Amino acid sequence: MKGLVTKDTITSVQLNELIDIVKKIHGFDFSDYTEASFKRRLGRIMMLKKLDFYDLKHVLINDHGFFQEFLEEITVNVTEMFRDPTFYKALKNEVVPYLSTYQHVKVWCAGCSSGEEVYSLAILLNEEKLGKKSYIYGTDINTEVLNEARKGIYSLRKIKSYSENYLFTGLPGSLTNHFTIMYDAGAIRSELKQNTLFSVHNLISDTGFNEFQMITCRNVFIYFETELQYKILDLFYKSLCPLGYLCLGNKETIRSDVFRKKFKVINQKENIYQKIGS
Amino acid sequence: MALDNRIKQRWAQSKILLLGGSAGSFKLLFKLVKLLPENFDKTVIIIIHRKKNFFSEIEKLFAENSRMCLREISDKEPIQGNTIYIAPANYHSLVENEGFFSLDVSEAVWYSKPSIDVTFESVAEVYKERVTAVLFSGANQDGAEGLLKLRQNGALTIAQDPQDAEMAEMPQSAINIHAAEYILRTIEIFELLGNKN
Repeated sequence: MKGLVTKDTITSVQLNELIDIVKKIHGFDFSDYTEASFKRRLGRIMMLKKLDFYDLKHVLINDHGFFQEFLEEITVNVTEMFRDPTFYKALKNEVVPYLSTYQHVKVWCAGCSSGEEVYSLAILLNEEKLGKKSYIYGTDINTEVLNEARKGIYSLRKIKSYSENYLFTGLPGSLTNHFTIMYDAGAIRSELKQNTLFSVHNLISDTGFNEFQMITCRNVFIYFETELQYKILDLFYKSLCPLGYLCLGNKETIRSDVFRKKFKVINQKENIYQKIGS
Repeated sequence: MALDNRIKQRWAQSKILLLGGSAGSFKLLFKLVKLLPENFDKTVIIIIHRKKNFFSEIEKLFAENSRMCLREISDKEPIQGNTIYIAPANYHSLVENEGFFSLDVSEAVWYSKPSIDVTFESVAEVYKERVTAVLFSGANQDGAEGLLKLRQNGALTIAQDPQDAEMAEMPQSAINIHAAEYILRTIEIFELLGNKN
C-alpha cells in the first residue's frame, strides 16, 4: 500500500476558501475542524480524484453530485468493532452495573460511521443481559456510511481483525458467535440489530433528540477545535439523564474547568465521565 | 569522520527533535532517551511503529530512564520544550499551527498507525527549518517521504547509516530519494544529539 503522500498540499488561505465555499453552497460548516487533519483529507481527495486545488474548487461549486462524494471522503470513517478492548472492559465493570438499574437504557453513539461501535455496544449489553431493555441510536453526518451501518454486514477479513480485539475484552465466546457468516462476509445477528436505529445527525448544527443514560462519542473530538468540542459537550450534557455516562476516545480528555465541574471522571484512562450537577 | 560545525550549529538552533524508527530501533531510541540531558529546551517527538492492543510499557520504560519529562501524546495537548512525546498506538499524530498536537484515526500508511510519514510531514509544514529529524532502522519505507518533505522545508535531516541499522530498508529508502542531508553512523548521531550545543 502506498502512503498517502500528497505532492501539493494546500495552504491555509486555500483551505479557508474551500471551507467558505462548502459552507455557503452546501450548508456544511467545517470551519472548526482541526486544520492539520482536514488538510490531509483534502489532499487525499485531490489525489484520489486527480484534482488540483482549482479543479476541486470548480467541482465543489458547479457539480452538486460531487459534494456527497466529498462528504464521504472528508470525514474519517475508519473504525473497528471493540476498538480499545480495555474501554469495553471498563464499561462492563464500571458502568453496566449502574445501567442495569434503569428500566430502559437508551444509548447514543454519536459519529457512529459504519456501525461497528453500535454493534459492539449491542453485543456487550446483550452479554450483560441488558439487551432486551436497551436501545442504541447511531448517528453520523454521512448518509452513505449509515447505509453500511444499517446493513451490519462486514467482510470476513475485517471480522477476523475485530475478533482479535474481542478476545482482549474478556467477553465470553468469540465474536463470530454474534454473526451469521455467509461466503466471504458476516451479518450481525438480527436480535442484536433489533434494538438499534441509525439516523443522520450533524453534531455541529443539530440539537439533541432524546434523553440518554449513556452517550459514546469516541475519536470524533480529535477532528474538532476546542471551542467546538465545548459546544458539543454542552449538547451531550443536556442530552444525558442525571448521572448519565459520557464516553470519549481514550486520548480525548476533557480539559476545560467548566466541564470538569459538570462531568465526574469515572475512568481516567478510558475517559469515561458521569454527568453531575444540574 | 568528525562532525562539521555546520551540522552542530543547525542542531543547536533546532526547536524540535524528531525521531522515527521501526524494527531494530527500539534499543537505540531507549539509549538516546537516556542520554538526553536535563534542562534540554527542545521538544522531542518519537514515532516508533507499534501494535495496538499489546499494552506496551514503552512510556513507562522510557520515563523511568529519562531526565526529561516524558508523555504519550494526547489530543490537543500543548507542545512544550524540555519534554519527550511518544506517538500513541492506533492513531496518527499531527501538529497544529497554534502549537498543539492533534490525533487522527484515518487509514494506516505503509500498514502503520502511527505512521512516521504523517507526523514528519505535519511537523515539516509547521516548524520548517526549526527541526532536526533522524530516521533509524526499520523494515519498511515509512518515514522516507516525510523526511524528504522536512528537508524541502529546510529541516536538518539525518538517516542512520544503513550499515549500522539492524534493518536497513527504512534509512536506505530515505537515502534513495535524497531525503537525508546527512548519513551518520550511530556513534555520530549519539555524539551530535547528546550535546546540547
